Amino acid sequence: MRAIIAVALAASALAGPALAVDPPSCAVPDNLLFVDNNLTRVETAAGKQHQLTISVLGTGSSTLAGTEGPSLAYPARLEAALNQRLSKVTVKVSTRTKIGQTADIMRRSMKDLLVGEKPDLVIWQTGTVDAIRRVELDEFRAALDDGVEALQAGGSDVMLMNMQYSPRTESMIPVGPYVEEMRAVAQQRGVPLFDRFAIMRYWSDEGAFDFYAAGKDNGLAQRVHDCLGRAIGALVIEDGHLQPFVNKASQ
Amino acid sequence: MHAPVVTTGRDLRLDLFRGIALWLIFLDHIPSNVVSWITIRNYGFSDATEIFIFISGYTAAFVYGRAMRERGIVVAGARILRRAWQIYVAHIFLFTIYMAEISYVATSFENPLYAEEMNILDFLKQPDITIVQALLLKFKPVHMDVLPLYIILLLLFPPILWLLLRWPTLALGTSLALYVAVWQFSLNLPAYPEGTWFFNPLAWQLLFVFGAWCAVGGAKRLAPLARSPATLVIAVLYLVFAFVIALSWYLPEQISFVPHWLEDLIYPIDKTNLDVLRFAHFLALAVLTVRFVPRDWPMLGSWMLYPAILCGQHSLEIFCLGVFLAFAGHFALVEISGALWMQVVISIVGIAAMIATAALITWYKDLEGRSPGSRAKSPNADLAGGEA
Repeated sequence: MRAIIAVALAASALAGPALAVDPPSCAVPDNLLFVDNNLTRVETAAGKQHQLTISVLGTGSSTLAGTEGPSLAYPARLEAALNQRLSKVTVKVSTRTKIGQTADIMRRSMKDLLVGEKPDLVIWQTGTVDAIRRVELDEFRAALDDGVEALQAGGSDVMLMNMQYSPRTESMIPVGPYVEEMRAVAQQRGVPLFDRFAIMRYWSDEGAFDFYAAGKDNGLAQRVHDCLGRAIGALVIEDGHLQPFVNKASQ
Repeated sequence: MHAPVVTTGRDLRLDLFRGIALWLIFLDHIPSNVVSWITIRNYGFSDATEIFIFISGYTAAFVYGRAMRERGIVVAGARILRRAWQIYVAHIFLFTIYMAEISYVATSFENPLYAEEMNILDFLKQPDITIVQALLLKFKPVHMDVLPLYIILLLLFPPILWLLLRWPTLALGTSLALYVAVWQFSLNLPAYPEGTWFFNPLAWQLLFVFGAWCAVGGAKRLAPLARSPATLVIAVLYLVFAFVIALSWYLPEQISFVPHWLEDLIYPIDKTNLDVLRFAHFLALAVLTVRFVPRDWPMLGSWMLYPAILCGQHSLEIFCLGVFLAFAGHFALVEISGALWMQVVISIVGIAAMIATAALITWYKDLEGRSPGSRAKSPNADLAGGEA
């Protein structure tokens, strides 16, 4: 059931009105999501070999707490969304998340990832810890540059993902310059950036979610991760030039 | 009173633009504030910090230059250091308020979506380290970087001022050499928990010393250059260029019109080390300002600009208040409502509070000036904002 809803919503994200189902519409406008990049490795793997391996290299915001957490977090939701939309492709999403890691620390663990898993696509979620610790921007940028280069040299496509929009901690964590830095690196290296910050900010402005909430609302976190997973899926399909399976089941 | 080098008389433009800079800094420090769209950082490379530091350098040389010439380096140096101490105390006071806010957040914020962001609160778990590092000016919360910069600049100022009064060109050259060395050898002061200072004092000193140099006669020497039509044309062209580049930051990448070679050339625009592009942008703004806002501009006496002038005359107090109001404003946005109208209300109320406080301080100073037994008020004691 969830999968059908996911597909229906994913379709409605691209065109058409939101469906009257429980999760609020978290459609993302094209200009926040797509920037005309090419995920060539993804295109080959999914198009010709009909399988796609994705690895999420991330920190605390790439997972959710609790025993069920990982299966509800966006990497798992991405896997579900892609498997649903790309019916002829077997999509596997693995995660390597460790809380509290700066971009530079993550960069050092890339070798293992490339040797061990050799994923077609690495989604590198980073920046939050750097902003908290106020790592120097030069160093942050150097870590991003080196990391992207290493992943590409290892034969993987790369997608960067920046921080969450977190209004409550905005006056304490200076995410702005780090967001800018990631956008600049993505643009200069021609790799797609999943601009989580801008997208969540958009959802907040549109009233799709209340990110100001302080309470322990697991439902909110799960819905947000579900929406993130589907939006990332749309970006993978777009930049990998894949043909999504048009599902009529929602009718 | 005779002042051979320092330009005499109060230049209200300094107060005016410093006051405006203080307002802009306040607006910029409230996160996600729609009103901050009006601030200059969105229309070019430099922002209000440049204006603030330049004018602070100018007024510091103005006030303490006089003291140094009249009473010698020891007295003037002592006064400069006392000022640095006052700013240090103000900074620690602000830090206390920050700790209060973050502690409150720590106890109330448990949204599972933001488990990672809550790591910012780790600092609370080791107050022994955090507070000591804050006292050493190594741990500086967000938006609390300007005062430590100011403190370092003042600590270095006595010898610089001494040199400025004797060999101004040599002083400016030394400052420029240090700036170049910073870029050449990546010099900066260490910060906690890692990295270096967000505003590198060794780089930003150039703007401060340049302001001081202008105050001790440099402005006069530059006047022919600043007023030449060629300079004006270059300044306008550069401002337009910066505006176009700034525009590209807010347009979707799909319609990016900035060629790659140019991006490679200008980015990153390094705020930490006072990027040359930022410095040049400030100079261009200054060229336009001195041209179109003359010293005897009638508007300077009007009631419309008086609030900004008032704020500029009490810059330390109003700066600190602005930092506090930005914290408080963000707090209100989070706890009450983050709606658009609320952002506008908070911005207006905040600036009104800054003006009212500045008026109150002026009232207190007048009171003290008149009260019997107090130090006789010299006519220029409050020149260009009292102390620097």
